[in-house]
Amino acid sequence: MNEESAVNNVIDRPLPAPDAATAPYWAAARENRLVMPHCQDCGHYHFYPRTLCPQCSSARIEWTACTGRGVVYSFTVIHRAPSPAFAAVVPYVVAAVRLDEGPHLMTNIVGCAYDAVRIGMPVQVTFLKASDEITLPMFEPVAAGA
Amino acid sequence: MTGKAAIVGIGESRVGRVPDRSALQLQTDAAQAALNDAGLRMSDIDGLLTTPVRVEHWNMPCGVVAHHLGVRPSYLATVDLAGASGAAMIHQAAMAIAAGQCTTVLCVAGQNLLSHTTRSSAVKKMAEGGSAHPQFEVPYGPLVPSLYALVAQRHMHEYGTTPEQLAEVAVTLRHHASLNPNAHKRDPITIADVLKSKMIASPLHILDCAIVSDGAAAVIVTSAARARDLKKTPVHLLGQGYGLRHSHIGDTQLTTTGAVDAGRDAFRTAGLKPADMDFAQIYDCFTITVIVELEDLGFCKKGEGGSFVTGGRIRIGGELPVTTHGGLLSGGHPGLGGGFFHVIEAVRQLRGEAGARQVRDAEVALVHGNGGVISIHCTIILGGAAAA
Repeated sequence: MNEESAVNNVIDRPLPAPDAATAPYWAAARENRLVMPHCQDCGHYHFYPRTLCPQCSSARIEWTACTGRGVVYSFTVIHRAPSPAFAAVVPYVVAAVRLDEGPHLMTNIVGCAYDAVRIGMPVQVTFLKASDEITLPMFEPVAAGA
Repeated sequence: MTGKAAIVGIGESRVGRVPDRSALQLQTDAAQAALNDAGLRMSDIDGLLTTPVRVEHWNMPCGVVAHHLGVRPSYLATVDLAGASGAAMIHQAAMAIAAGQCTTVLCVAGQNLLSHTTRSSAVKKMAEGGSAHPQFEVPYGPLVPSLYALVAQRHMHEYGTTPEQLAEVAVTLRHHASLNPNAHKRDPITIADVLKSKMIASPLHILDCAIVSDGAAAVIVTSAARARDLKKTPVHLLGQGYGLRHSHIGDTQLTTTGAVDAGRDAFRTAGLKPADMDFAQIYDCFTITVIVELEDLGFCKKGEGGSFVTGGRIRIGGELPVTTHGGLLSGGHPGLGGGFFHVIEAVRQLRGEAGARQVRDAEVALVHGNGGVISIHCTIILGGAAAA
């Protein structure tokens, strides 16, 4: 059994700089809510956030709360850090998670050993406060029976 | 436009570790070699295409390069389709010639990516420099190989592709590089060597990843009519296609790319099919890239790429030799210019000038480049004397 990934303990992680199009996503994350841009005309959820729906070009986009549940669509265990900030926490897991609402997003899988992650594993969102302004959505395995 | 433009000159600088040359010097070396190859002088060049470089900030790369070389262009442009730029420059030169804007275009790209910087700083720059989304991916600590590792892991899950099959690509391209005197990495490797090499981002080992090199390449394109009077057998642009299905990798289904669209359009415009290709110069930033692209371009069915690359099929002498100069995995990878070596090698093969690695009876070839994270694609189909 390997240790749990320490990727939630990265110091000096490169943090996002929210802009006008993405500020609602990061504001919600600060309140520990996961929201997705949701087209009010065709019903399509998309990610990354855009001002026009990439499916039907409608500008009627609302931010809608997600269940925060999904599955691991793919993953990789990173052994070679991209920068000194991450060097102290290798190995860690970067994954693409498919949300119940449909969109895929990149994230870290935390709360389990790095070598326990599998494609198809049910996961749920958890939040890492990285600074006063930025809270990062991450995902952890859904507890058995939950 | 098919058949109206031809490649009449190719050249490359020294490739590998070339610490005594700046980006502009490497490009000059490549341009000079291409002019000598074509039997042309710089004053014959009236069009110039190049790509951005990473090692210096050039606020208008095509202007910087044209001025440095002493070209007085009637047409110039900076082409940035990332790794697809090499293939795309050939088609964009052909379009400029067909439009009557210029007659003879020098396409040149390359830089001192290895010597300018340390490997660690190159890795960090690439990780934070745009391949991963700055807000929604970079904070989670991906490095470039990990973006392709997501593709490889999913491909293995869906289709049963194995680490040994990925390694087969690296071994084959190293073998091809061993036959190329100007390749960066020429010592043969085995599947066991790849699987034993340092794990970078599972399932990709360091030998599944492209190298970082110094080097530059240049190609001269002119009209088919003018090409007939020049020194070398012209190589004709027979068809082309472009494709884009995603920008960043995190929000995609991972295993099918815009190469489907680029390949379909290239074969349609050339009036040819995958089985007509004598060899294929496939972009190979990672071993998984080659497998996915062989599928998307129609050389095998989706999911069969892993078995397709085994049994010597993609070796010189096999059913479809792939990336015969050694590619980005072993031949050399100086950034955006990397895919240009794929074009140059296709020309060499189609002229019968490839020496120890000559593909027998090579008449028609596909060259495919991709950029981003298998995001943006360009496929071109080239033909030698018999295709004119």
